[in-house]
Amino acid sequence: MAPLVSMRGLAVDFDGVPALRGLSLDIHPGEALGMVGESGCGKSVTWLAALGLLPAKARISGSVKLGGTELVGAPTATLEGVRGRKVAMIFQDPASALNPVHRVGKQVEEALRLHRGLRGGAARAEARRLFDQVGIPDAGRRLDAWPHELSGGQNQRVMIAMALAGQPELLVADEPTTALDVTIQAQILELLDAIRREQNMALVLISHDLGVVAETCDRVLVMYTGRVVEQAPARALFDAPAHPYACGLLAALPPLEGPRERLVAIPGQVPDPARMPPGCAFAPRCPQAGPDCDAGVPPSHVLEPGRVVACLRPAYAPRPREYAL
Amino acid sequence: MLRFLSIRLLRAALTIGLVVTFAFIVLRMSGDPALLIMSADAPPEAVAAFRKAWGLDEPLWNQYLSYFGAILHGDLGQSMRDGRPAIQLVAERIPATLALTVPALIMKIGIGIPAGIFAALHRNSFLDRAVMITAVAGFTVPSFVLGLLLVLVFAVQLGWLPSGGQEGWRHAILPIITMGAGGAAVLARFTRSAMLEVLGQPYIRTASAKGVSWRAVVRHHALPNAAIPTVTIVGFMVGSLLAGAVVVESVFSWPGVGRLLVVAVANRDLAVVQCILLLVAATMVTANIVVDLLYGFLDPRLRSGVKA
Repeated sequence: MAPLVSMRGLAVDFDGVPALRGLSLDIHPGEALGMVGESGCGKSVTWLAALGLLPAKARISGSVKLGGTELVGAPTATLEGVRGRKVAMIFQDPASALNPVHRVGKQVEEALRLHRGLRGGAARAEARRLFDQVGIPDAGRRLDAWPHELSGGQNQRVMIAMALAGQPELLVADEPTTALDVTIQAQILELLDAIRREQNMALVLISHDLGVVAETCDRVLVMYTGRVVEQAPARALFDAPAHPYACGLLAALPPLEGPRERLVAIPGQVPDPARMPPGCAFAPRCPQAGPDCDAGVPPSHVLEPGRVVACLRPAYAPRPREYAL
Repeated sequence: MLRFLSIRLLRAALTIGLVVTFAFIVLRMSGDPALLIMSADAPPEAVAAFRKAWGLDEPLWNQYLSYFGAILHGDLGQSMRDGRPAIQLVAERIPATLALTVPALIMKIGIGIPAGIFAALHRNSFLDRAVMITAVAGFTVPSFVLGLLLVLVFAVQLGWLPSGGQEGWRHAILPIITMGAGGAAVLARFTRSAMLEVLGQPYIRTASAKGVSWRAVVRHHALPNAAIPTVTIVGFMVGSLLAGAVVVESVFSWPGVGRLLVVAVANRDLAVVQCILLLVAATMVTANIVVDLLYGFLDPRLRSGVKA
């Protein structure tokens, strides 16, 4: 099957400081992909760059193809035809992502008008149907609410309804649950998953929360300082992470069973993007690092089908808790 | 809403009352109108008679009470100079002042807001810098300096426009430009920063991400939000429609309220000064109430705050 989105060597820098250093990635129709990593690792920037939503000072290179159309350097008209219609995005803080001076229904209707040419009563009826679909109770009345009158979870449902308005082939959810209560988080994730299955829409879930990604995604990309360090099926990654950074992330999760233990943090800090180590960016924090790790950026290699890691000493076998000791 | 309005009106009345009281005390403490209006060598009996006639011989407290009582009955007193009702003297001058301040206000809004929006949309470009440098120049140059400069160039050197007086619309051009320039500069800077603030908000990115064209994002998503802080400044300018022309009217010998105020202060024509201050306070307070109501119209978050 031809990939829906195909990125090759996508790189972004802001005033000469790199934020994304060559990302290659294929997303297939209907697939659920997770992108995890700390803030600043380039997961959001990837998609903002692909859709041309970064400020003008960002320099973008590489290639992003969507069904044969190149998006990097594409004219504004092309990008506006993609945004919301082929690829929709929802963001972290729904309260500030919705315009405070427009009623939520109107904001959904705007997307319906742009992408499906619906106006007036037809647009309102469809907005109401979308509100029902994303589980907003009392949809008819909620259409006339202002964003500040709704809870965070309801606003995120509005955002999802707005994203669905254009019937996109791919929904990019950038930290969709980070600003929400834990119970609401689970509901929103279930909703995203259900919609993806019903509509055979691909989903990219950007998160710093491994638990969130584990529940929802088939495949996971672990990113560190603007690079993908490991790419694996979700199950395989959680059973046996290969990259020491992925191991560290998993070791930092509290165990659900067994006695309570101290969580293990990854020592050190993310390097300054303007002063990166010469070789592997994770080497200064890595328990496995040797002198060869500083020689050059470790190349990505295939460990097994569907599993790619960029590490000279992948920790394949050990289980996370043993790594922690 | 009704509760909101009545609280605002009560507060407005209190503000006006305070202004009136303050003006009364300062004016009575700052010189004897009898000595100023009569000449200095007037016979003491005549001065005493003048004082008695205007009630200036009474204790300050009594003067204040009778003054305040008269105001509440709509009587703003008589001019000590020509004996006519102060309100009548002031009312005669209002059209002349509005003939300057209203066009100046239109100039401020018509130039300042578009310039600010333009600068924000072209942030850090050459054009943005050019607009901002002009704006800084516009509001750092005091209006009397700008007024004199314009007179020097357009009246004295080029001879295109008259340097003062009020004989026709051509006489109004230089004073209007003098007054409008500073306000346009302030509004340009304010609008620019309000726009930049709004353009950095997540909902602007959301609108772009859902496929709205940049032009529509600016018009439909950014401007209505940037209008909220800008209205404050415009409201302030509307509030000074009556009194904002003191300096410019003096520079251009324009017979408006501002010049009447200067003359009345110099003469200690108490009733006239107080009448003008009362009107100024009233317009300012009214403009503030209108701005508050506009906030509610522009920003739904404040509207529900009003209901609560």
